Amino acid sequence: MRLSQAWTIALHDLVLLRTRRSVYVGLVLFPIMVAVIFPLLTRYILETATHMYPSELTSLLDAFSFWFAVGGSVLPGSIASYSIAGEKIEKSLEPLLATPSTDSEILLGKVLSAFLPTLLAIWGGAGLYMVLMDRVTGGYLGYLYYPNWEMAILLLVLSPLICLVSIEISVIISSWVTDVRSAQQISSMTFLPFVLIYVMGEAGVIPLDNPHLLEISGILAVLSLLLFSVSRKTFHREEILTRWR
Amino acid sequence: MIDTDGLTRVFGEITAVDELTLHVKEGEVFGFLGPNGAGKTTTVRMLASLISKSSGSATVAGYEIGDSSAELKLRRQIGLLPENVGLYEGMSAYRNLEYYGRLNRLDSTTLRKNIERLLRMMDLWEKRDLPVGTFSKGMKQKVAIARALVHDPVLLFLDEPTANLDPEAAKMVRDFILELKRDQRTIFLNTHHLDEAERICDRVGILKTRLLTVGTLEELKAQLWGTRTVVRLEHASESIVTALRARLGARKIEVSGNRLLIEVADPERENPEIAEAVLASGGRLRELTQLSPSLEEVYLRLIREEGPAA
Ligand SMILES: Nc1ncnc2c1ncn2[C@@H]1O[C@H](COP(=O)(O)OP(=O)(O)OP(=O)(O)O)[C@@H](O)[C@H]1O
Ligand SMILES: [Mg+2]
Repeated sequence: MRLSQAWTIALHDLVLLRTRRSVYVGLVLFPIMVAVIFPLLTRYILETATHMYPSELTSLLDAFSFWFAVGGSVLPGSIASYSIAGEKIEKSLEPLLATPSTDSEILLGKVLSAFLPTLLAIWGGAGLYMVLMDRVTGGYLGYLYYPNWEMAILLLVLSPLICLVSIEISVIISSWVTDVRSAQQISSMTFLPFVLIYVMGEAGVIPLDNPHLLEISGILAVLSLLLFSVSRKTFHREEILTRWR
Repeated sequence: MIDTDGLTRVFGEITAVDELTLHVKEGEVFGFLGPNGAGKTTTVRMLASLISKSSGSATVAGYEIGDSSAELKLRRQIGLLPENVGLYEGMSAYRNLEYYGRLNRLDSTTLRKNIERLLRMMDLWEKRDLPVGTFSKGMKQKVAIARALVHDPVLLFLDEPTANLDPEAAKMVRDFILELKRDQRTIFLNTHHLDEAERICDRVGILKTRLLTVGTLEELKAQLWGTRTVVRLEHASESIVTALRARLGARKIEVSGNRLLIEVADPERENPEIAEAVLASGGRLRELTQLSPSLEEVYLRLIREEGPAA
């Protein structure tokens, strides 16, 4: 496996991404919206609430932080769908497979082209969010809530893992379906389990504290390894040329 | 350049290619003919190490197919134009070629030089920065052929390069292939178009799951029909026909008006004898020509003899 070969493929797909407005608009819009709306909402709550304990505020902030992890499940699916189902439809996979590249290099290139922009978008959004939120809540709490360990785990461990799992699922789905739209629709469903985790966190079923976040990360790491071997089997040149329709 | 021995590919119940044994020489243009579903694409995909073989063996450009350690080196030596062009329509011709050059790990100087040479050769250099989506089908096909050539492979596989093109575009692509032929590159050409094979190829093979025949066009034609010589006389007479029979032995001679249709085995040797026999028996020769069947006749006869597709 030569990383440079995978990187050539990833770069090419990233350039193509620029021509897919719907994809990159989502990539920019989602993190910015989350980054701006939550601080505005918090400011409104602080201005109108008659009384609020600091602990109530911080658990609200933790819930908001979790959205940046969920982003990792919503965003990369549509990119991965384009870069695999899209090539399948344009029939450009066969010439690509005829170049001196291994299946793993091609697959890694495709994964990177979805993974990198998503992570950048999420990190950018999270940075903006932390700055804005600190401005809104700093005076009230008497200290700056962000950055903190929870956010670090979310951004550095959980959201990359969620992102990876979501991409792997898209790879597998892209081999089943025959158009980009259904690949996108099905793979966008991957955000549902994470929303479920979020809701359970809010309801107190699984407290979303750091030990639990790490536990979830561990499960996701195992899941992503499992899905990796499945997607590796799916993305096999013999399969692509003889079974993909 | 290509050597196969009993190469076979099975898809479930269907045998797509059965025991193919074939030899393609360096520098030749080899035409691979066969009806739909004959296994042409499957053969090319096996030879390009895109799909695996079921049994048999083959070496391509010096590498054994199916040997995973040689796969990348093998693909570095070959160029492939698949049935579907599969260009990135939103990208320019230049960028399309550049991507494949990078994937073949060309350094940027060589890459730039090769792209320019190919695009100029195809008269597309002026249009290099336009998105391929705006090109006509024939132009796209040429870009796709250029893509297969960008790394200067020793062996080029073209899978039906003129299918779905109008006659003018097909001619454009064909002329381009003829131009490629001049620089001594080995070309393996899948086609349905017999006239294309006749015009371009040094040798052809006819496939219908099994290889029915292979050889130069002359060999194929002679092998199947023998050849016939037409003699037009000022006045055909029984004595001339008798003299011919005496001279040539038991040959089939048809007489129609003043024309004689004579089956010959070796025209080079027999035609002068025919002329002599005619003159010696007092005939006056107006015209003596060689008739040979077209490739189309050869092809249709073989394919029909083989019966319906398996
Ligand atoms: N992936 C596959 N799965 C099952 N059968 C296949 C597959 N690919 C090809 N075949 C079968 O193998 C046979 C040969 O197909 P192939 O595409 O090689 O023919 P071809 O000569 O290229 O035909 P065409 O002129 O239509 O392109 C056909 O009967 C086809 O149905
Ligand atoms: Mg074919």
